[in-house]
Amino acid sequence: MAIETELLRTMAYFTGLDEAALEGVRHLFREHSFPKGTQFLSEGDRSDSLYFIVSGLVKVFKTSADGKEQIFRIIRPGESFNDVPVLSGGINLVSAEAMGPVVLNGIKKKDLEAIIRERPQVALNVIQVLSRRVQELVALVEDFSFRHVTSRVAKMLLEYADHKAGEGPRLTQQEMAAMIGTAREMVGRSLKNLEGAGTIRMERNRIIIADQQALKELAGII
Amino acid sequence: MKEMPVIDEEKCQGCGLCVDICTCGALVLRDNRVRMQAADKCGWCTLCELVCPYGAISCPFEIVVEDEKP
Repeated sequence: MAIETELLRTMAYFTGLDEAALEGVRHLFREHSFPKGTQFLSEGDRSDSLYFIVSGLVKVFKTSADGKEQIFRIIRPGESFNDVPVLSGGINLVSAEAMGPVVLNGIKKKDLEAIIRERPQVALNVIQVLSRRVQELVALVEDFSFRHVTSRVAKMLLEYADHKAGEGPRLTQQEMAAMIGTAREMVGRSLKNLEGAGTIRMERNRIIIADQQALKELAGII
Repeated sequence: MKEMPVIDEEKCQGCGLCVDICTCGALVLRDNRVRMQAADKCGWCTLCELVCPYGAISCPFEIVVEDEKP
């Protein structure tokens, strides 16, 4: 099933394209659906499609030899992933797993390259997307190098707070730990510290940010 | 209805560690699989998730900003 042009318009790769241009590329996409827990991309495998999320959430991660997981990003509807291997022609740098039921739209490398050659606006969009990826990775290195665990937890809570009901990811403490490069126990301890300081409240399965400004200061966000 | 920890029945090996550690009495071992027997008792302490060696039980959190609550 071809993608809707309305949806295409919201994707960073295709912003600035007119209706006719969007109509011209939408038939190049193919829809894929996966149930929760499906790992549909594996690190080290070769894949030739770029994916956009229509609905649901996807985590992209690497796994160490001893099974430790590092989550790089949680991808939300409208966002793309698998950009770097597709554009560089290499293998998957990370694995991808559906955090719930997920619907994706995929476009083949050869089709994407044809669009880029034909439309300079898309090439500029791709540069912007890749620049954001570099910014995200620099931020991750910065977090690991210079922030203590509580500060990383504070930053992660702010980043993944649910601003629109139901759209944010629901995260286990293990997943939080895998995102910020620490042990689950350290996340639990940090959440208790933040609760003790009054910046968050834990209400059963909800973490409520009670003092957003204090949390931003802890996270080093001005 | 209260949301409950998510049990992945395919991963659960019925070892019962989560039942042993659950201080709320919300979990029970039945037919060699973990079941939720008393949803109201679960306090979301996440100990079941912590001890499961198979990653079969998860206690996810929703993160919300107080000011933006409806």
